[in-house]
Amino acid sequence: MSDAVHTDILVRPPGIASRLAASFRTALRKLGHEPLGLAGFVILALLCLVAIFAPLLAPFDPITQDLGNALQAPSWTHMAGTDEFGRDILSRLIYGTRITIQTVLSVSVIVGPLGLIIGVVAGYFGGRTDALLMRATDIVLSFPSLILALAFAAALGAGLNTAIIAISLTGWPPIARLARAEALVVRNTDYVAAARLYGASPLRILFRYIAPMCIPSVIVRLTLNMAGIILTAASLGFLGLGAQPPAPEWGAMISSGRKFMLDNWWVAVMPGLAILITSLAFNIAGDALRDILDPRHARS
Amino acid sequence: MPALDQSPVISVRDLNVRFAQSTLHAVSNVSFHIGRERVGIVGESGSGKSTTGRALMRLLPPSAVVTAERMDFGGAPLLSRTERQMGALRGKDMALIMQDPRYSLNPLLPIGKQVAEAATLHLALKGKAAYDQARAMLERVRIDNPERVMKLYPHQISGGMGQRVMIAMMLIARPKLVIADEPTSALDVSVRRDVLVLLDELVRENNSGLLLISHDIRMVAAFCERILVMYAGRVVETLTKLEDAEHPYTRGLIAALPDPRHRVKRLKVLDRKAINAELAQ
Amino acid sequence: MKELSVSELGKRILQLIVSLFILLCVTFVIGRVLPADPVGAIVGELADPATLAAMRSKLGLDLPLYQQFFVYLTGLVHGDFGNAILTGNPVAADMKLAFPATLELATLAVIISTFLGVPLGLIAALFRDTFIDKFIRVIALVGHSIPVFWFGIVGLVIFYAGLNWAGGPGRVDVFYEGMVTPQTGLLLVDSLLQGETEIFWNALSHIILPALILAYAAMAYITRMTRSFTLEQLNQDYVIAARAKGVRPMRTLTGHILPNIAVQLITVLAISYGGLLEGAVVTEIVFSWPGIGQYMTNALMIGDMNAVLAGTIIIGFVFMLLNFLADVAYALLDPRTREATI
Repeated sequence: MSDAVHTDILVRPPGIASRLAASFRTALRKLGHEPLGLAGFVILALLCLVAIFAPLLAPFDPITQDLGNALQAPSWTHMAGTDEFGRDILSRLIYGTRITIQTVLSVSVIVGPLGLIIGVVAGYFGGRTDALLMRATDIVLSFPSLILALAFAAALGAGLNTAIIAISLTGWPPIARLARAEALVVRNTDYVAAARLYGASPLRILFRYIAPMCIPSVIVRLTLNMAGIILTAASLGFLGLGAQPPAPEWGAMISSGRKFMLDNWWVAVMPGLAILITSLAFNIAGDALRDILDPRHARS
Repeated sequence: MPALDQSPVISVRDLNVRFAQSTLHAVSNVSFHIGRERVGIVGESGSGKSTTGRALMRLLPPSAVVTAERMDFGGAPLLSRTERQMGALRGKDMALIMQDPRYSLNPLLPIGKQVAEAATLHLALKGKAAYDQARAMLERVRIDNPERVMKLYPHQISGGMGQRVMIAMMLIARPKLVIADEPTSALDVSVRRDVLVLLDELVRENNSGLLLISHDIRMVAAFCERILVMYAGRVVETLTKLEDAEHPYTRGLIAALPDPRHRVKRLKVLDRKAINAELAQ
Repeated sequence: MKELSVSELGKRILQLIVSLFILLCVTFVIGRVLPADPVGAIVGELADPATLAAMRSKLGLDLPLYQQFFVYLTGLVHGDFGNAILTGNPVAADMKLAFPATLELATLAVIISTFLGVPLGLIAALFRDTFIDKFIRVIALVGHSIPVFWFGIVGLVIFYAGLNWAGGPGRVDVFYEGMVTPQTGLLLVDSLLQGETEIFWNALSHIILPALILAYAAMAYITRMTRSFTLEQLNQDYVIAARAKGVRPMRTLTGHILPNIAVQLITVLAISYGGLLEGAVVTEIVFSWPGIGQYMTNALMIGDMNAVLAGTIIIGFVFMLLNFLADVAYALLDPRTREATI
């Protein structure tokens, strides 16, 4: 009969850092087999770089007007043409990536932890807490997110921050559901049971044991959501509810470019292409991420 | 009375099955023939026995690579047939009985409809005639009150009854070859013998060949005239009686069976090292 | 078909009512609590002091919040959504005209996207990993990533201004406006009912472009899900058994697989329909389509909160109703939820 109690092995959760590092290596290897997924990530990386180095990359200032140069067709100087104020569209697009990335990251940073906490609390405690939280989640899930974001932004006044909050308000339910499903599985494991026996407080168990296990699928879900967030943000911008002029928000650029669609198509088309490519990249990358990180998800 | 057709039903030589991602062969150089007799394949999970059965009907997933020097059914080659031609054979001349009727019957269709479908496909019967034939077949497999059962859904009947339905559905066209893949593994022990006896009866009645695939060596020995023992994708021995077993794997399997007449303190465990060494030769 | 017990149905209806109530709370908060000046948001910034005072007392803004909410609720129950700034009409009346237009557009779009999306998903699953599959998936992926309103702009320029294949903005040519009396509010239906075939074709030419564009965006989701559901089924034992039985591939698809995914597809369709309503809201202004979307968008421009919130409530309610119906359909159609009887 063995008397030794191996507290380390039982009570400490598997080292998160080493697990992440190991899965990172396998992830990279698998990604090598997926040219499309790789392309998605490459585009995303490029986007981030463009956003960071915008001042260095943009050939012109995105805000200064030059009315003499208005509505120029795409050329070698102005690769995407100029808008009705003579501003270089390419430069505006480049600076616009900043707004896009900022929006996507801000929403994810709000929605991720919020959904995670709600889901993990519901999944771990079960019973009435679970029922209540899930009922609330279901109700928010049944709201039309775009319309509510619209109403919300309309009430609080247009602006980038309002738009971000508006989108976040209805974006957390899918994350909460996911986190709850994972929490339900994790709470039955041996090391959680051991931690409970050892006297760890529920709070400690939640944050050190359960939440970390849910993080990978939450990250995948957030990435998949990002494509939708971009489209929602663009819709809000199109309606004038996002970042205000003269900020180069892509949706707003489409709206103002609409008037010139017939004769100067590039003013509205270019920002739309930017949105399409970005959203596409997030979708492809998210799909690839899901296939890599979740072995249960059949390669469909 | 005309003499019963004694020609071999299926003849296989050097069957190989490989799945796309792997270099390991799921089935490796397997050869056998089946006449109007009952042949059994015995093996553990992963031995390749189910894969062999499905390969005969060409029902493996598209990622499977199936090759054989010869795979003839009723004298004509199987591997060169198109999917369409195979479709004509399946259910009519060759039948497959699967393990668990809870999953192998369509959960959304009533039993009667599913059995009648087989009648429509192969006996050229429509509507009411097909239903009548289905009812007759259900009676034949000893289901009481077939009229009532035909209206039920698969999840509403027991496992034993489900397998009888499966048998009825697959044997309604009197196929020449019946492949039964673990037909009783999902059933209660008390029901197993009845289902097998029924299958045996029908196969003899139709003068068909039966390929019984199972991990239960005793059951296979009781019902089959010949037994093929498979291990790691290969046929390691062919037997007619359990007592004749010579290969260490077969003897290991038999030794592991609990026997109330010969009590032991410990059941023997397979010595895989020795078996693998023997195979490597 | 299984009978849904009264208690199960009741539970779901209760959830619907609670959701609706919470939606009303949310819209109340958005309309009254959030804005700095709720009155200005309703009557417009330029209204004279008398109107402002009248509205202030009507809204009962000096009352405590929960009493305001009660006033708000009773108003809604009586169909009083307040008045619109732009038209001066009661919003409810404006909505009666606008809602059917959006309904017609979204319904046609959902029909098109289903009849295109489901077969494409089935084909993609059957020909998995071949060129056809990859092609379909790429098309679906683009549809999933494209900003619908932008696609509408591009489509309008190419197919109307450029090629003149489709009718232009609005539901009919200006020439035909007002010639069909609204019976159902659905122009396609009304024009046929009144025997005005010329107007019918004209209306069709106007609705087809926005409907196709919306349908493309929705189709992406439907195709993906259909493909995914079908692939799941293809691995199931009963499909192999059907093949072993000799059932031909096409018949396996329609007779065996499709019924098994039908229930899941209904949920997908309900979600798509809701998404289409939202998409229509943003896209209507591109096509000058006189539906709720254009109404709300115009209201946004001038800060008319009554109209915006009314639209939110109506669309929110339809959204929830769709979820509810999908839920009920799911419970009714799946016989597996019955107990085993033998």
